Amino acid sequence: MILGYAGKFLEVNLSTEKIKEVTLRDEVLKDYVGGRGLATKILWDRLGKKWEKIEPLGPVNILLFLTGPLTGYFPGGRICVSGKSPQSSGVVGSTVGGEFGIELRCAGYDGIIVTGEAKKPVYLFVKDSDIEIRDAKHVWGKDAKQTVRILTKECRKILKKRFPIYGEWKEPAILYIGPAGENIVRTAVVAAKWAHAAGYGGYGAVMGSKKLKAIAVKGTGPLPPVANLKRVERLIKVVNDNAYEAELWRRWGTGAAGYEVGAKTSSEPVRNWQDEWHDEKSFGVDQFENRVWIKQFWSDFGCPTCCLKVAMVKDGKFKGAITDNPDYEMQAYLGPNLGIFTPEENVFIAALIDDLGLCGIQTGNVMGFAAELFQRGILTKKDLDGIELKWGDAEAFAALARKIAFRKGIGDLLAEGTYRSALKIGKMKNLDVLQYAVQSKGISIGAHGIRSGKDYPGIISYACSVQGGDHTSTAGLPLDGGGSELMEIFNDSGVYCNFNSFGIPRNVRFDFYNATTGLKLTRKEWVSTKALKVLQLQRAMLLFGGPDQKWNPKIHDSNPPRFYDPLPSGPYKGKTADEGRVEKYKKRYYKAVGWDKNGIPRSEILRKLGLEDVDRALEKIR
Amino acid sequence: MARSIENKSFHAVPGVDFPHFCAQCEDYPCVKACPVEALSIANKTGAVIVDAEKCIACGKCINACPGRIPHMHPNGKFILICDLCAGEPQCVKVCREGEWNVLKRVSRGNRSYGLYARTPEEITRDLALKMYGEKAEEFL
Ligand code: SF4
Ligand code: SF4
Ligand code: SF4
Ligand code: SF4
Repeated sequence: MILGYAGKFLEVNLSTEKIKEVTLRDEVLKDYVGGRGLATKILWDRLGKKWEKIEPLGPVNILLFLTGPLTGYFPGGRICVSGKSPQSSGVVGSTVGGEFGIELRCAGYDGIIVTGEAKKPVYLFVKDSDIEIRDAKHVWGKDAKQTVRILTKECRKILKKRFPIYGEWKEPAILYIGPAGENIVRTAVVAAKWAHAAGYGGYGAVMGSKKLKAIAVKGTGPLPPVANLKRVERLIKVVNDNAYEAELWRRWGTGAAGYEVGAKTSSEPVRNWQDEWHDEKSFGVDQFENRVWIKQFWSDFGCPTCCLKVAMVKDGKFKGAITDNPDYEMQAYLGPNLGIFTPEENVFIAALIDDLGLCGIQTGNVMGFAAELFQRGILTKKDLDGIELKWGDAEAFAALARKIAFRKGIGDLLAEGTYRSALKIGKMKNLDVLQYAVQSKGISIGAHGIRSGKDYPGIISYACSVQGGDHTSTAGLPLDGGGSELMEIFNDSGVYCNFNSFGIPRNVRFDFYNATTGLKLTRKEWVSTKALKVLQLQRAMLLFGGPDQKWNPKIHDSNPPRFYDPLPSGPYKGKTADEGRVEKYKKRYYKAVGWDKNGIPRSEILRKLGLEDVDRALEKIR
Repeated sequence: MARSIENKSFHAVPGVDFPHFCAQCEDYPCVKACPVEALSIANKTGAVIVDAEKCIACGKCINACPGRIPHMHPNGKFILICDLCAGEPQCVKVCREGEWNVLKRVSRGNRSYGLYARTPEEITRDLALKMYGEKAEEFL
């Protein structure tokens, strides 16, 4: 067994209610580490052969909750949720913050593999090695806050009863879905702690399709032993000290960017990306702090950054709306992207989105898309069930969000996500509305535009990513650089919060891995073998796609058409992505990662990486 | 010692987090309740000291404590109570290092410390009401 791992995984079949412990070979753990890497491997081994036929929202799909060897040691633990994505039809490694990953490892497991589909709503309760599938009838239909409240109380009560002299039980860590997940909305999230969400990938819908409302876990054991504890402790200090210096994020979280990115780098979605610039000082961070903050620090266990803040609307129409202060993505997508420019309205929508269990980015994207269609007269008030979807009308957007979460009326259509609803509306209206869909391979683009060239994503970041529009996994060269997807695969596979890894010396994360596991992994080896393997597997499954969508790199390895319109205003007015440059960069990228001119991984690279079976499987689409 | 998440800070209502540690009541009901004299009071700090060898893990101190603050080691063999780190509280040290400056050392005053020994439910209720106002009722 490799150090740093709990050494076993929990496999739960919801159809048969069988629960068992499984182990993975050391070689597999060595090669794929954990989280996103391991998810890719497990999914390929178990579902790869019939990938195109597997319905992501059916009982055959597998839902994974995986930690990595660094979870709980690297400050800021996370859990990686994965499976066949109902958005991209490929694999997305979607991570969420909170204590879940750490609790799970303290309970003795590196991950949970969920198969099958429950007959009626259930939740899973894990207390160390005691695992129960429990009835969830009483929480089905409940919003995020109520779900957390009821399950926290219930689990603490059970624990108190079973262990009467333990003392007070700390609350368990809970992952749950809201109404959106229950109603199998493709933009539903797997959430934690009211406001944390694994959004990209749409795994809330997968969880809902399995009728799994939540997983609560309580682990009392220590974390798995590491190879060199002294060294791990020193490295924790390095990471912490670095985070303490990062004043901006400690003080404001990414929320500092609401105005900064909008006005200065000009890369914030405004009215469905019709613009990327605004000079709305009401979206300055001080405005949020003065008007809605009720607590400055709210953090996940053991995190030195504490990026969360508690926000609450104090008076006016939306009084009482509470959530984690919208981070930059939530500010952008549930603010300017909907034409909303006051912190109160922004917090109100963000709180609602959290309560419904929707993804703020992707629901903000699809609502912005619908609003643009309304602006253009393509969708009428009648189409929208009487909602006048005017830019800036928070109540109209709130009404629409509720319709989406419950799949009511127009919401049923928009619940399919931006790409799929664009196809449907296009057919309905006999018009090309895909040109207004700002997404890549079924996944909405994160709130960082590429036209001004001043934000971090580059011109192929989204077009060539194996996770589509995911702004936390962007493609770029050099392969061992900060903007490379291969490095992001490491964060998602070690499974820790990448916020705490910004600005640490280049090799600290690998030193961390080595001190934890006792193995030797260098940056070079990671980039040229292990991460590249994960990338090829993700690419292969993305290209197999199915059953409803398939991607052709020639068509779909592209930016949304909107990114080729010139920016209409601001300091970078007139700037746009250049199609010729995109094509050139794409060619270089394909070459660097070993893909042929059609974007399909070449035999040579696959053989070199020991992926002969992937090579054979890819024959059918070459 | 490897890291464990079972530190005693609670956030049963998200956003509302607080530590749940011994307040050093002047009448020390936990000490009185212990049937085997496993608990004693440190001269210098007034902290409750657990003799893990003597402790029979009966849990009586938990029930005697108005805040149900002592808790059992997960191995179920002895009780854990904050011992103020023999006068050098490490929690305060890291809190200062991280510049949160939430915790600080104070000398023992003439207050009724027993008032601070409260259950997580009670503390959550008060804090949540303070933060969220009447809305808090929905989350408790
Ligand atoms: S930086 Fe924020 S999201 Fe990351 S672990 Fe810390 S509190 Fe959680
Ligand atoms: S649990 Fe231990 S310290 Fe507490 S009362 Fe019993 S014997 Fe004494
Ligand atoms: S707070 Fe509890 S543990 Fe501390 S002295 Fe009082 S009764 Fe004992
Ligand atoms: S003083 Fe020491 S024992 Fe008490 S809470 Fe702080 S670190 Fe823990």
